[in-house]
Amino acid sequence: MSIFVDENTTVIVQGLTGGQGRFHGLRNRDYGTRVVAGVTPGKGGSDVEGIPVYNTVREAVDATGATASFVVVPPPFAAGAIMEAAEGGITFIVCITEGIPAQDEAVTYNRLVEEFPGVRLLGPNCPGIISPGKCNIGITSGDIALAGGPVGIVSRSGTLTYQALYELSVQGVGQTTCVGIGGDPVPGTNFIDCLSAFEADPETKAVMMIGEIGGSEEERAAEWITHHMTKPVVAYIAGVTAPPGRKMGHAGAIISGSKGTAQAKMAALSAAGVRVCQNPTEAGQAMVDIVASL
Amino acid sequence: MDLFEYQGKQYFARYGIAVSPGGVADTVDEALAVAERVGYPVVVKAQVKVGGRGKAGGVKLAANADEVRTHAGTILGLDIKGHVVRRLWIERASDIAREYYASFTLDRPNKVHLGMLSAQGGVEIETVAQEDPDAIAMLSIDPVRGLDLATARRWVAEAGLDEEARAQAAELLVKLYECYTKGDCDLAEINPLILTTAGTVHALDAKVTLDENASYRHPEWDEFRATETEDPRERRAKEKGLNYIGLDGDVGIIANGAGLAMSTLDVVNQVGGSAANFLDIGGGANADVMAAALELINSDPKVKVIFVNVFGGITRVDEVATGVLEALGRVTITSPIVLRLDGTNAVEGRAILAPHLSDTLITEPTMLDAARRAVAIANA
Repeated sequence: MSIFVDENTTVIVQGLTGGQGRFHGLRNRDYGTRVVAGVTPGKGGSDVEGIPVYNTVREAVDATGATASFVVVPPPFAAGAIMEAAEGGITFIVCITEGIPAQDEAVTYNRLVEEFPGVRLLGPNCPGIISPGKCNIGITSGDIALAGGPVGIVSRSGTLTYQALYELSVQGVGQTTCVGIGGDPVPGTNFIDCLSAFEADPETKAVMMIGEIGGSEEERAAEWITHHMTKPVVAYIAGVTAPPGRKMGHAGAIISGSKGTAQAKMAALSAAGVRVCQNPTEAGQAMVDIVASL
Repeated sequence: MDLFEYQGKQYFARYGIAVSPGGVADTVDEALAVAERVGYPVVVKAQVKVGGRGKAGGVKLAANADEVRTHAGTILGLDIKGHVVRRLWIERASDIAREYYASFTLDRPNKVHLGMLSAQGGVEIETVAQEDPDAIAMLSIDPVRGLDLATARRWVAEAGLDEEARAQAAELLVKLYECYTKGDCDLAEINPLILTTAGTVHALDAKVTLDENASYRHPEWDEFRATETEDPRERRAKEKGLNYIGLDGDVGIIANGAGLAMSTLDVVNQVGGSAANFLDIGGGANADVMAAALELINSDPKVKVIFVNVFGGITRVDEVATGVLEALGRVTITSPIVLRLDGTNAVEGRAILAPHLSDTLITEPTMLDAARRAVAIANA
C-alpha cells in the first residue's frame, strides 16, 4: 500500500497553463497519475494536451470528482490557491511553491486546521509525493523510483530525496511512498504525520527519514518514534557544518541561537533507536542492509 | 534580512510604536548636528548587527557637544566582534525607571505565533529563560485571530509589568504585533522596552529580522537592502541571482538543491576538508548558471579546488555536463574541478565529459569519492 495517495487518486493542477504547471503536470500524467483537470482563472474552457481547464477549483471538482490538487502558482497567489482548493472540496493539497511569506503560511496552515480539519496540505516548498507505479504529484522524477516497497521515505529536502530514491532503486530496493515535506518554517505535513502513516501501512517495512537543521521537527519525531514506531528507521540529517544564523537555502533551514543544530537532532534520533548515518550514501546502504535482513 | 537598530526603529515608527527622538550619523559632524537637534543629553550608539555593543564600548552617554565629539570619534571605526562601526544612531537619552522585554516570533513546533513578555528586560532573554523561566510570560497567538487589546491587557498584567506601564504597554504590544505580521518580520524584539520616570513607555532598542520571501510586497525594504554590509562574495552572488553563503575553507562548492549543498559541506568536512562556501544552483543547472557559479567561486582567492556535486532528478546530468563544458569555454577557471554527477542520464553526462578530463577536470563516481579527491587536492 501507499500513504496519502494511490492509483485511484484523481488530481487537478492549479496553474496547469503556466510553464512549470504544464511541464510537471504533464510529466505526472505521463507517469500514470490520473491528472483530470487544470485550474487557471480566466482560462476555463481551454485545455492542455487534452486536460480540460476550468476557471475555479469548484468547477473542476464538480466536473471531475477530483480529490487531490497540485498547486503550482507563484508565491503571491499560493496561499489563496491553497484555500480555494480546500473550499472547493479538495482533501489532499500538494504545494511546491518556494518563497511564500512565512506569515501567509502560518495563517493558511491554521485556517486549514480550523475550517477544514479533513484536509491535508503537503508543502509548501516541497518536491511532492510519489507512490512508485501508482501516483506522482509534484516534481520528483519518476525514473529514479522503484515500485513494490518495502521502504517509505520522508524528507525535508528535494535533491536529497532524489538521492535517497536513487540509492535504493539502483540496489533493487523499492519504495511504498516517498513524501517530501518541504523546507519551509510551517510545513502542512510533518515527519510525525508521515511516520504514523508508514507505521500503519502494512506494506511499508522500514522508513528512511531525511532531515536538516532548523526547527525541532526531528526531535519531536524522535520522541514519537520512541513511543509508537515498531518499524526500523534510518535517518540522515544535513547541515552538521552549517554556520548559525544563516538560512541554508531553505527558509526553514536555520540554526537559531543554539537551537536547531544537526548534532542535537542526530542525538535525539539515536536515543530513539534510529540508525543515524553520516552521509546520504551511508544511509542508503544502511537501509539496503536492513531490507536484506527483514 | 537583519536590520540595524536605527532601521528597526524607523520600521517600528511606521506602525506607530514610540521610540526616542534621534537620527543617523556617519561622521562626527553629523553626530553633533543630530545631538543639537534632539537635545542633550544624548546616547551615541554604534550601529552593528551583533549583540554586546554596550560591553564593547559601542554605546556612550554624552552630556554636551564635546562628549558627543569624543564618543562619536571613538566609536566610529571601532571593531565590535569583527563588525567595524560605520554608522551611529544618536538619540535623546531617556530617564529609565524600569526595563522590560517584548518580542514576537514564529513558534515553529506549534505553528502559531509566540509573544514573549518579561518585566526583566535589558539583559539577554536567553539568560532570563535559563535562570528564571517564570519571569517570561509566553503568549500563543492564533495567526488567524491575531492579538487584540483585551488579550494584550491580560498579558501585561500576567507578566507583572508595573501598573502605570500596563495600559501603554498593551497598546504598544498590539502595534508591535501588527508590525510583526503586516510588516512580515521573522522577529520583532524590543529589549529593553522602557518605562520612563515621566511615566511613558517606549522602545529603547529594536531587533528586527525581515522575511525575505515577503520582499515582493514591501518596496520600502529597498532602503534597508542598500545598507547591507555583507561579504563581497555574497554581494556578487546576489547580483547574479545565486543562492550563496561565504564560509572560511578552501574547497569551493557547487551543488543543485539546498539539502544536497548542505550535505556536500558536511561530507567535505567529514573527510578532513573545509568548505569555502554554500552554493545551491537550484533545479535548472544550465550553462549560464554553471558559468556564473564557477566564475563566482573562482573569484574567491581562498579556493584551491572546486567540487561540483550534481544529482540529476528533473535536471538531466547530460545537460549539466554540457553546461560545465560551455562554461569552461567562456570563463577561465584557475582551480581544479572535481565533479560528481549522478542520477538521471548520469552515464550520458560522464560520456560527454570523458574526452575533456585532465588533471584539472576530474570526475568521481560517488559523493564521498569526489569529496576525498577534492580535499586531497586542497591539502596538497
